[in-house]
Amino acid sequence: MARMKFLCDSDRCIECNACVTACKNEHEVPWGINRRRVVTLNDGLPGERSVSMACMHCTDAPCAAVCPVNCFYTTADGVVLHSKDLCIGCGYCFYACPFGAPQYPKVGNFGSRGKMDKCTYCAGGPEDDRTKAEYEKYGRNRLAEGKLPLCAEMCSTKALLAGDGDIIAQIYKERVAKRGYGSGAWGWQVAYKETVAL
Amino acid sequence: MVSNMTHPFRWLALLAALVFPLLVSAVPASAQQGQQINPTAQSLKEAELLKALKGGDAISGRISIPDAKAATLIQPDGRSWQDFKRSTLPMLGALLILGMLALLVLFYAIRGRIRIDSGPSGQFIERFGAIDRFVHWLTASSFIILGLTGLNVTFGRSIVLPIVGPEAFTTLSEFGKMLHNYVGFAFMVGVVLTFLIWVKDNLPHSRDLVWLSHFGGLFSKGDHPPAERFNAGQKGIFWSVVIGGALMSLSGLHLIFPNSVGGGVAEIQFHSMIHGIVAMVMVAIILAHIYIGSVGMEGAKEAMTTGEVDLNWAKEHHSLWVERELKAKGQAIVHPAAAE
Repeated sequence: MARMKFLCDSDRCIECNACVTACKNEHEVPWGINRRRVVTLNDGLPGERSVSMACMHCTDAPCAAVCPVNCFYTTADGVVLHSKDLCIGCGYCFYACPFGAPQYPKVGNFGSRGKMDKCTYCAGGPEDDRTKAEYEKYGRNRLAEGKLPLCAEMCSTKALLAGDGDIIAQIYKERVAKRGYGSGAWGWQVAYKETVAL
Repeated sequence: MVSNMTHPFRWLALLAALVFPLLVSAVPASAQQGQQINPTAQSLKEAELLKALKGGDAISGRISIPDAKAATLIQPDGRSWQDFKRSTLPMLGALLILGMLALLVLFYAIRGRIRIDSGPSGQFIERFGAIDRFVHWLTASSFIILGLTGLNVTFGRSIVLPIVGPEAFTTLSEFGKMLHNYVGFAFMVGVVLTFLIWVKDNLPHSRDLVWLSHFGGLFSKGDHPPAERFNAGQKGIFWSVVIGGALMSLSGLHLIFPNSVGGGVAEIQFHSMIHGIVAMVMVAIILAHIYIGSVGMEGAKEAMTTGEVDLNWAKEHHSLWVERELKAKGQAIVHPAAAE
């Protein structure tokens, strides 16, 4: 099985936010939640870079490790998913997540956050593939349709890559070798405990 | 004229012939220079940003969506908090709680129940009035609820979940979370009242050192170092509850109000660590308190149930207090149990 990963080539990202919009639309993501976002570093300064970030589907995922009710699971493709039926909205996954991926529909105190929502790598949830129940809770299951995550699929500059970790790392490596520079595979060191050697 | 006309042109031609190659070569040279500007010279490098991070720091930027939290790109400390939650805290908790239980069992096996050396007198003296007992049980009952629901967060996943199954465990934990968040306020009130009503009797005194040097007479029959209303061991419990309770309350408030009081993720991680560590220490201490107040010592539990203790028990464990009480209020405050 492939080990699915995301890689954002920030030397290509033009901060168009189309990945953010596409994701929201594809999955009918609840109001106020952005499963993917674009962060601009050194905004307005020379060397500014933008990075599209979502759940990185970590190796030894921190969210899964700290969840008090064990509602996370990792698929055979290395995608980290969770059950909204089991989630108690305690917020621990958000505190543990290095990438700020878990989000909640409510911002109340006393732990009244509601069920956590995050990027599913377009792979749905524990419900049966491509069912109405799955779509309503987690969004479309594109992986089950044989498609890759929409954010990466429609990225106009192909900055955002999704797919087998080895293959996208190879693509990125070749790009960096050809153009002579690369700011790194953002998040890889923290998420996968290894980075793309450039 | 001709020569006059041609001369400047010839000079121009000559100039052109000399300068043009320079111009031609100069234009591509400057264009090349533009291309030679290394885009990575000023480009951000993730590896360098990560290296420059100090503890609690995160790589942050600007975000165009109206959610300030989303501007944080990477907070590597999530990984260390993960390790704390997954291994450090459960290990510490298990060590403290199981260690304390083992010590108590061992103590019971060796020392047995601590009896009233001179036997029950059948005469009673009031030790804790209604307010004292209310404050004790307010704090105690909320502590037990908070302790059980809190331990469920750390140990439930590995102990309770396999027994009851995921759905039932989620229902249980969700209820536990609500209970924990609201009962916390009862505990806070209890801690404040505990401090107010008992602090005057819990200030350190030189005789506490004597009591401690005798280990409170816990290990030797018939040894009763003099004590006032509270002996050094009880003072230890008092200050554990007050200081520990204050730490639990402050860190707990940060966790209950993550959006207003909590601060950023780094602050919440910090407060959850304080909350977890202090909680485990307090559970261990209170286990010892429960033991000595119930099965561990004859005549102790009445102090917090009926509020009246056997006169002989009081004389053995709180000799100075009994003396003072009798002197101030006279023999009349001692009466047989039937009066209760």
